[in-house]
Amino acid sequence: MTQMTRREALTAGIAMATVGLEPLRADAAPAPKSDPSAVRVRLEVNGELRELSLDPRVTVLDALRDHLHLTGSKKGCDQGQCGACTVLIEGQRVLSCLTLAVAAQGKPIETIEGLSRADGALHPMQQAFIDQDAFQCGYCTPGQIMSAVACVTEGHAHSDGDIREYMSGNLCRCAAYPKIVAAIKQAKLEMERA
Amino acid sequence: MRPFAFHHADSASQAFRLGSGTGQGQVDASVQFLAGGTTLIDLMKLDVLRPQRVVNIDALKGSLQRIELSAEGLYLGALTTMAAAADHGEILDSYPVIAQSLKLAASAQLRNMATLGGNVLQKTRCTYYRDPSWSACNKRSPGSGCAAIHGFNRNHAVLGIDDTCISQYPGDFGVALMALDAQVDLIGSRDSRRIPFARLHRPLEGQPHIENILRPGELISGFFVPAGPWARRSLYVKVRDRESYEFALVAAAVAVDLDGETVRQARIGLGGMAYRPWRAEAAEQMLMGKPLNEASAAAAATVALEGARTHGYNDYKPELARRTLARALLGAKALTLAGQVS
Repeated sequence: MTQMTRREALTAGIAMATVGLEPLRADAAPAPKSDPSAVRVRLEVNGELRELSLDPRVTVLDALRDHLHLTGSKKGCDQGQCGACTVLIEGQRVLSCLTLAVAAQGKPIETIEGLSRADGALHPMQQAFIDQDAFQCGYCTPGQIMSAVACVTEGHAHSDGDIREYMSGNLCRCAAYPKIVAAIKQAKLEMERA
Repeated sequence: MRPFAFHHADSASQAFRLGSGTGQGQVDASVQFLAGGTTLIDLMKLDVLRPQRVVNIDALKGSLQRIELSAEGLYLGALTTMAAAADHGEILDSYPVIAQSLKLAASAQLRNMATLGGNVLQKTRCTYYRDPSWSACNKRSPGSGCAAIHGFNRNHAVLGIDDTCISQYPGDFGVALMALDAQVDLIGSRDSRRIPFARLHRPLEGQPHIENILRPGELISGFFVPAGPWARRSLYVKVRDRESYEFALVAAAVAVDLDGETVRQARIGLGGMAYRPWRAEAAEQMLMGKPLNEASAAAAATVALEGARTHGYNDYKPELARRTLARALLGAKALTLAGQVS
């Protein structure tokens, strides 16, 4: 049997569950082909233009995860309190869970998936998080890394105190904070050299 | 989240037209303007705000995003982000209380999203307001009562409240605007008007569901902060449960103009304490012409908290506020201003 990654197994599981539910729908009216309330949304994600048909309620986070299958950005609180969903929009770190996809059109979006180079080489911040062991469970890490990249480019990573203040929007329940500060300091030097 | 129709407003006039059904400040408003979205989308997810139409005003950024400093004062466009104003060097130099109130608020991500116009209209963080499973909330459902009065009210307001609502205005920037005598520019389909910022938020008067004086379709276009002689000697002291990314338990925005040790003029705003952005005018009057020292600062702080009403869990707040305000006043006195012999 070929090895499956956890993500592939979960995706396959969802597909099987959907098939399993099909008979329950037999008596119901056929589902309309497209939701009448759906709107056409064009998003520029990691340099690629993607066109979607979305309910206006869909956030950038849900568009990324559920419609574009970019599951790197994480859903923590879904209320703008934890920072796990942090992405860059127009180069600024923002919370994708509080941003409507329909309102993000025409603005370049950068996610954790777009951070490494095309040849697979990691961004200095990604490498620094590995080198400094700056995560435990890893769930907050994509948001931490996107926020950390912005923290450095904004010029807000001058001191440990600065880093802690300007990273306070990213919560880590494993409390890897000291190592996150160390990782940002390491990456800052490399980002400045580059 | 309930379904809504989404519109992009390409111009101010289109925004007024699309927004003509707004009853801003009211929970049952059928139309809401979307700027940064940090309050609106959050409260729509929680089913507290239920607009049928959302009007995106992002396209107005071109005209409503400017920051201008002149001899007369500071102008801040309503769609300026909190981050842009917080990081502005000249604002930090000439109006430190403005920059500090913004830098000490929210998180870096939220400050990048949230606009100044939306910030001053931010809704209360009262947990009973934010959770519709509590049926008693006069702000959400007029006449239903207030679950907070006999509830867990540790961070609820003690000033400007009555028996219909004890919710706290959560913002910081609005408190600094109060202290500096700011004015707010409003634009609408009929006319434009400039009013004192102190008049934007309505006093409670038994009507917590109507929070401000904005007319249907009317938008905040900007803020004007006059260049008073007290503006440079100003600061924001914020006391909270954690050091960063937290709402105020108590905050003091103070600005003083000194002649040696003697107070020519003082300006005092209080945050975290009141139903709306709060100015302590009686305390300001009391300081005028007096030397600023521990005794006079403490006396002014006592006057500022007169009339405070607590509800059990928030009994600690008046004393914490008195000490915070006294510390802020003495801190302002101790500032060394560039170009001035201390």
